Amino acid sequence: MSILLNKDTTFIVQGITGREAVNLTKECLDYGSKIVGGVTPGRKGREVHGVPVFDTVEQAVENHGSQIDGSIVTVPPGFTKDAVIEAIANGIELIVVVTERIPRGDVAEMVEFADLKSARIIGPNCLGLIVPEVCKMGGIGGPAKDAAKSYKPGVVGVMSRSGGMTTEISSSLTAAGLGVSTAVSIGGDAIIGSTYAELMPYFEADEETKAIVIYSEPGGRMEAQLADWQAENNSRLPIVAFMAGKFMDDESMKGMTFGHAGTIVEGKEDSATEKIKRLEAAGITGVERIDEIPDAVKERIGS
Amino acid sequence: MIFYEYEARKIVELAGIPVTKYGFCQTPEEARKIAEEIGGPTVIKSQVLTGGRMKAGGVKFADTPDEAAQHAEEILKLEINGHMPVGVLVDPKAEVKQEYYASVVWDGTAKRPLMLFSDMGGIDIEQVAEEHPDHVGRGHISNLLPVGDYEAKQVIAATGVTGSQLNRATPILAKLARLFRENDMVLAEINPLAELTDGTFVALDAHMEMEGEAEGRQKKLLRKELGIAEDDTRDSYVPSEFEKNVKEIDAADHRGVIQGKDHGFEGNLGLVIGAGGGSLTLTDAVRSQGGKPANYSEIGGNPSVAKACGLAKEVLKKDGVEKIAVMMSIVSNTRVDIVARGVIKACLELGKDPGETIAIFRIPGAWEDEGNKILDYYGVEYCDRSVSLWDAAGRAVAKIQGEA
Repeated sequence: MSILLNKDTTFIVQGITGREAVNLTKECLDYGSKIVGGVTPGRKGREVHGVPVFDTVEQAVENHGSQIDGSIVTVPPGFTKDAVIEAIANGIELIVVVTERIPRGDVAEMVEFADLKSARIIGPNCLGLIVPEVCKMGGIGGPAKDAAKSYKPGVVGVMSRSGGMTTEISSSLTAAGLGVSTAVSIGGDAIIGSTYAELMPYFEADEETKAIVIYSEPGGRMEAQLADWQAENNSRLPIVAFMAGKFMDDESMKGMTFGHAGTIVEGKEDSATEKIKRLEAAGITGVERIDEIPDAVKERIGS
Repeated sequence: MIFYEYEARKIVELAGIPVTKYGFCQTPEEARKIAEEIGGPTVIKSQVLTGGRMKAGGVKFADTPDEAAQHAEEILKLEINGHMPVGVLVDPKAEVKQEYYASVVWDGTAKRPLMLFSDMGGIDIEQVAEEHPDHVGRGHISNLLPVGDYEAKQVIAATGVTGSQLNRATPILAKLARLFRENDMVLAEINPLAELTDGTFVALDAHMEMEGEAEGRQKKLLRKELGIAEDDTRDSYVPSEFEKNVKEIDAADHRGVIQGKDHGFEGNLGLVIGAGGGSLTLTDAVRSQGGKPANYSEIGGNPSVAKACGLAKEVLKKDGVEKIAVMMSIVSNTRVDIVARGVIKACLELGKDPGETIAIFRIPGAWEDEGNKILDYYGVEYCDRSVSLWDAAGRAVAKIQGEA
């Protein structure tokens, strides 16, 4: 029925009193998500859309009376690492990091800490994840009424390095009658908490999910990792991949960053063309055009 | 931020890694003085942020201080790959017994820094890795735990290096790994790491690159130790007029983000597009359908009317631009009506008819009905989410080619 989130998932918002966080809190609450607290140091006692604000994650957990499942972290880059580690140290196992422009060393540090504590980080520089009509954790899909237009429950798991394209693709899957089981905006940075391959076992274990769609970009080796995973695990799930940024393969674009921090072609392996080749060699269907995704999925699942 | 060699050597030195008694200078006279102090044959090296110095004549050997001054004079005037040097480095000519390679880089898949070491230094490490894989040692380090000397030792020993060479190289690689982490580097490389005839090890050349996002917290190193000015962006990339103007418009107003690039684009269809992933997808879609983009751009985070207008105007002012296509993936934060107002304002202020100039407007999402009304009034073709990014791009291309 879904991965990582369900109807009972509880979470907090760290940095809840910030402008973007206030909006995001409202969007999630409207969608039916269970936000059980917020944290902004020095703002204890306030409320944001009825959600109580605390100084520490520890206080939020104490107030809730039992373990809290997740946290959305949207604090300035210099404070993000500590906030994420604070959440994990207080027993939270799913962290969505919205913040952009976090130095790689900090990201790597919090990911390594999460690994030690069996916690999972989504992001940074992402919009979070959504289980249609069940729970939305992050700004993904926008206000509840807009999210409802783009996301209907269904059979496709979506993973995307671009937050906006997560919704664009999901909307086309919804319009085609396929719907979405869970959509995850995994983040556009060079180092992220959860890559495609690292999320595949969750989708594999989710009976509702019948196919996977990934949105990808030049830069990094995440697609190679997915191709390896697919080859090694004999997965039941067909994968359809769309690769943006082919124009970056031009020699004149070498070393330039477009779109996201992680999107840069430095070597041959980073290029869109090379990535498509690798994915297809692993049995993953590459589509040339964004609008071909729904049909490619239908073909792969035989519906 | 990429560092010049003389800065990279200083960083290495600060980390306690031995270097030669080098000097950085900006005049032939200073070069002579440094060569006199060194008191022997020297190497004069151009300080530029580009490769291929040796081939271009930016590295020369001198036997006397006079010769050093003469070489410095020539090298200081020598442009390499479009870059003028900021100075020269005067280095004693080392008596090298063997060259090694040591570096630390990010491994994005493992999410950890990766130490690399080779006993075949001085040449391209990728070539060594391909042709002599047994001569390259690798090892990840933790982001949480202190880097142990033993970790560096293992990496070096894996290449077959033993004896006093192993014991001398070990602390150097370990220190390089520590400085990589402490200074937020994305690349820390010593190549060649030289074993001199007396058995000592020195870093003969170093390449360092710091992550842009971390510069704010590395002020002590950047300003105090290296004396790099706050406004020294040292972009080896020279931005175009369009890129500079868009950057200025973006900086003038904190609401939303616009970015524009036109390096390598020379077409007639201006792109006012977003967001990150949408822009990549749309640029491909325009090109794949025979269109010629005049630029690349990104709109995101709900920009003001002024910002959207500013971007559209800059695109329209570019030479050869006949029409603009305004397209984004479904927006949830950016408001459709605000972007619509902005691009229409840009057309009107430049004395152009929005209905003619805007080939297509495809931004579905927040406030789309309001946006639609405005666009309708000015006769601009508007598409909602039922028109894919591919088809929207195709319609724009068809219009500019006079087929629609």
